[in-house]
Amino acid sequence: MAEGNGSKGPDGNGAGGPGENGGKKSPVTVLVEGAKAVQAQAAEEIKALKQPEKTDVWKSVLRVKHDETPRSRALGVLSNVFLHLHPAKINRDAVAYSYTWGMGGMTFYVYITLVFTGTLLMFYYHPSKVVAFRDILYLEHDVPFGKLLRNMHRWGAHLMVIMVELHMFRVFLTGSYKKPRQFNWVVGVILLVLTLLLSFTGYLLPDDQLGFWAVTVGTNMARATPLLGHDGPFGHQLGMTPFNDVRFGLLGGSIVDANALLRAYIWHCVAIPIIASAFMVVHFWRVRKDGGISGPAPVQLESEMKEPRKL
Amino acid sequence: MDLHQLWTIVSLPDNVPIVLLMFVVPFYTWYGLRQAFANDRLIAELEANPGLAKTHHRKTQPWKPGWAREVHVWPYLLRIEFLAAIIVTLLLMVWSITLNAPLEEPSNPTLTMNPSKAPWYFLGLQEMLVYFDPWIAGVVMPSLIIVGLMVIPYIDENPLGNGYYTYQQRKFSIWTFIFGFIILWVTMIVIGTLIRGPGWMWFWPGTTWDHNRLEFAVNRDLPDIFGIKARIGKIIFGAIVIGIYFIVAAIGIHKVMNLTPFARKIFKRMSLLQIVTMQVFLIIMLSLPLKIIARLLFRIKYIWVTPWFNV
Repeated sequence: MAEGNGSKGPDGNGAGGPGENGGKKSPVTVLVEGAKAVQAQAAEEIKALKQPEKTDVWKSVLRVKHDETPRSRALGVLSNVFLHLHPAKINRDAVAYSYTWGMGGMTFYVYITLVFTGTLLMFYYHPSKVVAFRDILYLEHDVPFGKLLRNMHRWGAHLMVIMVELHMFRVFLTGSYKKPRQFNWVVGVILLVLTLLLSFTGYLLPDDQLGFWAVTVGTNMARATPLLGHDGPFGHQLGMTPFNDVRFGLLGGSIVDANALLRAYIWHCVAIPIIASAFMVVHFWRVRKDGGISGPAPVQLESEMKEPRKL
Repeated sequence: MDLHQLWTIVSLPDNVPIVLLMFVVPFYTWYGLRQAFANDRLIAELEANPGLAKTHHRKTQPWKPGWAREVHVWPYLLRIEFLAAIIVTLLLMVWSITLNAPLEEPSNPTLTMNPSKAPWYFLGLQEMLVYFDPWIAGVVMPSLIIVGLMVIPYIDENPLGNGYYTYQQRKFSIWTFIFGFIILWVTMIVIGTLIRGPGWMWFWPGTTWDHNRLEFAVNRDLPDIFGIKARIGKIIFGAIVIGIYFIVAAIGIHKVMNLTPFARKIFKRMSLLQIVTMQVFLIIMLSLPLKIIARLLFRIKYIWVTPWFNV
């Protein structure tokens, strides 16, 4: 600012020349002088904008410098809410696709895609026997990109199941469930089950023959639950009927009908996503706490195997 | 040869994931085992040369002295994640644009679909219904699969192969998992999708799905083959046969677990609880293929017939 005033000084004198002759500054001169001062200040501030990282707005958003130093690179990851699950640095071999197959990360990405498309689908869908099927027809034929939306949700769900299974296969083949990651494998198995349940509950929602009979076949197994199902071993002896057994609880009735549709909808859109998200948080957090991804680790030799610790 | 029928089944939109599965599962099995064999060669080399084992970096990935051990997450990992996100998005978009999600007629409880199939990832369980009663196939087995997967880290006492692909150091566990995942889970899904037709009858790929086909297979119970008629006799006989199977299978699994000197070393590390847990899960897992053979080749429906449940 001080520099700005200094450069304005001579201009002001030059412009003031005619004014001195008249004894008083004319209003026009004052106005011109003022305008020139504002112009000079604006030019100065625009010059500063060429380095946006020096502005207060920039600093308030990003909090840390982002220059080419290793420290800034690390902070760029660590101080970002979306990236902070990553460490600042990782083993150079850990980025090899051949080791991880990228299946865990891609599963999470597909899950986000599914939450996104699913939320959009919810704008057009009523979980009611009367209109559910018509809503799907409406989605497919009238809603802009509705068909694409539904297709992406459907195929994304299938893709997620395949990716989860391959992720588990990779984790097994690399022995990554071994110490200290045992518990994270258990969390992963729960997430696998939740993925299948998410997919299964969504199957009923279009309320077409495919979903209806798939869910009928699926939930008919529940009637055979030992002790708790009316067709299961010892169910009859324990007083189980089609109107009080575990299948009744799942469907909200003795057949797949309006209550089952509503229950599937709530499990699919609210309950399981929340539960799965909670387990995902634990899963990812444990990956970091257990020392990052498991490898590729240096190979161990049988000759160097340590004796187990006795309890 | 009815190629049209084959194409109808394979090109059914909901069957596309299984066709995909039939390619990606063998691919990733090969991809993982190829790295396992490469690591095995390195392990053999290092075992033979203790001097080299002290200086070698013990990975098949390239290494030069002076290379940084770690790399920055930004950009070396984040750019891969970004690329993977783009590829998955593109794949999902192309899939969704080219192939429509299935939508059948509105649900109709009075019109049963034939065959009425569960979603593809549950077809393994539905196929199991042929071999076991619903309370086993639909409730007990799925629960055991989930719990069985969860206990894996706690019964695998082999400390080797943690964080790298290997076959030689983990023969038993890798064979077990490949047997459970590929031979039982994936193969039964493929059978349930491609082979089971109307009435859940067996149609070889390329044969026409004949809705009027009748099967005159007379299924027998094991006690009937041995001429046991009395109810109490059937209960005792079935219990004895199941008991013998448990003992024989346990001995067989015990033999396999002690096949090599290395396997014996691992076996010695296991606690009694770990051995019993592993035995129980493996015995029950092995009962599935045995029941499949008994049913498909010998037309035996039940082994153990009681008034309350049948096995």
